[in-house]
Amino acid sequence: MSWLRNPWGKPRFLVAVTTLYVVWSVIPVLIAVVFSFNNGRSRSVWQGFSLRWINGDPNTSLFHDPALVRAMEQSFKLAALAMVIATPLGVALAIGLQRWRGRGGTAANVLMLIPLVTPELVMGVGLFLIFTRLFGFIGRGTWAQAIGQVTFSISYVVVIVRGRLASIGKEYEEAAADLGAPPFQVLRRVLMPLLGPAIFSSLIVVFALSIDDFVITQWLSFDQTTETVPVKIYSSARTAPLPSLNALASVMVVVTLASLALAYVVYNRFARNQGEAADIGTIGGGL
Amino acid sequence: MYPRWIWRAFAAPGIIWLLTFFVVAFYAIVAVAFGTFDEHQSPVPYWNPLDWNVGWFHLIGSDLSSFRRPLERTLIYVGAATVLSLLIGYPVAYYVARRAGRWRGFFLLMIVLPLWISYLMRMLAWVNLLASDGWVTRGLHAVRVDSLFRSLHLLDQGASWLDGQGVSVVLALVYGYVPFLILPIYAAVDRIDQRVIEAARDLGASPRGAFFRVTLPLSASGVMGGIVLIALPMFGDYYTNDLISKSPKTNMIGNQINEQIQNGFQKPIGAALTVILSILLAGLMAYYLRQTHRAGKEASA
Repeated sequence: MSWLRNPWGKPRFLVAVTTLYVVWSVIPVLIAVVFSFNNGRSRSVWQGFSLRWINGDPNTSLFHDPALVRAMEQSFKLAALAMVIATPLGVALAIGLQRWRGRGGTAANVLMLIPLVTPELVMGVGLFLIFTRLFGFIGRGTWAQAIGQVTFSISYVVVIVRGRLASIGKEYEEAAADLGAPPFQVLRRVLMPLLGPAIFSSLIVVFALSIDDFVITQWLSFDQTTETVPVKIYSSARTAPLPSLNALASVMVVVTLASLALAYVVYNRFARNQGEAADIGTIGGGL
Repeated sequence: MYPRWIWRAFAAPGIIWLLTFFVVAFYAIVAVAFGTFDEHQSPVPYWNPLDWNVGWFHLIGSDLSSFRRPLERTLIYVGAATVLSLLIGYPVAYYVARRAGRWRGFFLLMIVLPLWISYLMRMLAWVNLLASDGWVTRGLHAVRVDSLFRSLHLLDQGASWLDGQGVSVVLALVYGYVPFLILPIYAAVDRIDQRVIEAARDLGASPRGAFFRVTLPLSASGVMGGIVLIALPMFGDYYTNDLISKSPKTNMIGNQINEQIQNGFQKPIGAALTVILSILLAGLMAYYLRQTHRAGKEASA
């Protein structure tokens, strides 16, 4: 604990703890990814490099085992549904909550925030019960899973979009209205383009939340045909899995990280372009 | 410029969605918990509070062996995992926020990375490593850590790490949730003005004194926030246990709920347990919100 005695010296203890932490948190996942390429049935003893679990084996490899292919398809199908439904709902709710003054708005704001602090298990149990009883006509399965994922994603979209709304203010819209644009035109041609980067980040965040979601998706899964990748990992990790299960998990890790990297790059470019536009705007205002 | 009703119209679809699939869903848990079941063992919810039947809560209270042990175990596991996470998380957050220099971006990325890797994938990684021929099992055996744990009665004689061991579940929970704890602590430590700490030193505080009387209290809000952030999902966790232990010996309240409802043994009991869990967590949240509210007031005063 020398960093306590001399905090301006070289913090050896802290460097050691942090380095060990990073190694401990990242290496196990890397090892699991590497074992997707194991030339043997074991997921814990290395037997050389091979692609047999990715594509080589005609029955049990990632792209040939029907159960694994179905899990990937289900994951992407749900992600697409969640993005298409949660993003418009969340964007509209964010605009509404940001500008709706009054008691109703405050209550709606609290309603929007509670899902963020509700454990997924509680939401999962509730959705399970309504889809097996009250909304039995929908039942568990793909639609129920999509509805469940939308329900917990909306709040994230609202938080992202409200941040952007607060930073752009109302000046652009007022300018458009002063120049004679009717309200609908202001929304469509001024507000929506300004929200573009936030809408794009929301889509990606909903995608990542949906792909990585386990609890709600598992509670609303009906049978093996509605298992997503995380649910498949859960149901097979302790029965006798093959390295193709590691391959399945690795593919999803790559997909999630790649989509977030893409979001980061695109958002930065968007924001920079709009920053330039804003600069030009202020120069124009100065003249 | 806009008609007054328009913002309410914007908010309406989202509000209706949340009312239907969040509020009604939660009320369904309550209605089932206070309901009964029919001859097919399917639950009959009582929607009207005047009809409520408190029998399931009595049953849970009286059947201590089935329900009290998992509840106690949940508190012990979550408590132990939270303390361990703090011991790991605080130094890491402190170092990255204040001392990492040009390595800061790299370490931040490494801390954020696990948050975007599926939790189940991260647990699968440990299932591989802790298998009886797994690398970590062999490594721990080589340096005799397993014998040490056995002599401390943390690991059962003759049992492997993945064989119903509470210690494995706690360590897996730490692995799963510690990144969520580090970020809020990092944010809180990062906000502390360096000059405040220097002032404490100039006024004669020892480095240790400055840390415990200035840095630590100023980062307390981040620590509290982080604890709530990891404790809430840990209380509802059942999958870590199912992957790492797969034995009723380490069942937590989440496992009880999962088994009672999904496997359909006694859904009303599962619903009643969910209500108890929700009340527990709402209490935790309320305490946290009051603390942060008070801290906010003190800061602005």
